[in-house]
Amino acid sequence: MIVVSLLFYLFSFIMIASAFMVILSRNPVHSVLFLILCFFNSAGIFLILGAEFLAFILVIVYVGAVAVLFLFVVMMLDVEFKSISTSVISYLPIGMTIGVIVLAELMLVLFTWKRDYSVTDSSIISKDMQYSNTEMIGLVLYTDNILFFQLAGLILLASMIGAIVLTVNHRPSAKRQDINKQVERDAENSIENIDMKPGSGI
Amino acid sequence: MIAINNYLALASILFVIGIFGVFLNKKNIIIILMSIELMLLAVNINLVAFSTYLNDVTGQIFSLLVLTVAAAEAAIGLAILVIYFRNKGSIAVEDITEMKG
Repeated sequence: MIVVSLLFYLFSFIMIASAFMVILSRNPVHSVLFLILCFFNSAGIFLILGAEFLAFILVIVYVGAVAVLFLFVVMMLDVEFKSISTSVISYLPIGMTIGVIVLAELMLVLFTWKRDYSVTDSSIISKDMQYSNTEMIGLVLYTDNILFFQLAGLILLASMIGAIVLTVNHRPSAKRQDINKQVERDAENSIENIDMKPGSGI
Repeated sequence: MIAINNYLALASILFVIGIFGVFLNKKNIIIILMSIELMLLAVNINLVAFSTYLNDVTGQIFSLLVLTVAAAEAAIGLAILVIYFRNKGSIAVEDITEMKG
């Protein structure tokens, strides 16, 4: 029990510290690496909460795909990073004001909020039924929440098409297949009879 | 079991750090995208915490949807960033003023 509490505080401390380093470090590569550390720690917190499937999805999808995508883009863009964080000081007052206001409001909600015990166990599939976390998600995801599943697929398709359309560059020099031209082609305008004299080339 | 208020406090601190990141990094849009990822992560922690404490797995389904949207948003945002950098040679937010009325 005490071990779990200690692990929670360790994970959350490293997570908050690395989140600060994400927004404050000068080099964007360091920011991406601290973001990866933050994702790993939140995967640990999900494990403490008993959401194993989401913890591993977080490590696989976020660290394996999204963070590496960020890393690729940071390294692809050849920006000089020296002049970047000079304007931190000038935006500090407004950012601090808004941040403190939001944090105060969230904390007010947090410490005046009481749990309503009448809404517990609202799911048909609860923890008592001895399913693992992944089985529970699978039992609910493809039946009750099929709409969310399909919508997630649609969002991914739309973003994939959008990203491809945005980043593909058409070079006019590249040879491309023109299907109309290929279909229209027939023997009459492709074969030419040439009357050659003996001994001469074309 | 750790009280749920700890998780909610952690999530709100992380969310506020994300807001800070959006405000402090006006020169670099990559950091702003990463701050948005941090905010979505904070929302995910809230959803999973409530899902565990209310014994309802639907919160984790929502969290999966948030993860999907975050991945799609990162892909689109980085694609826009790459073509903007290819055209302009800069990724500073202050320079993006073409659509100013």
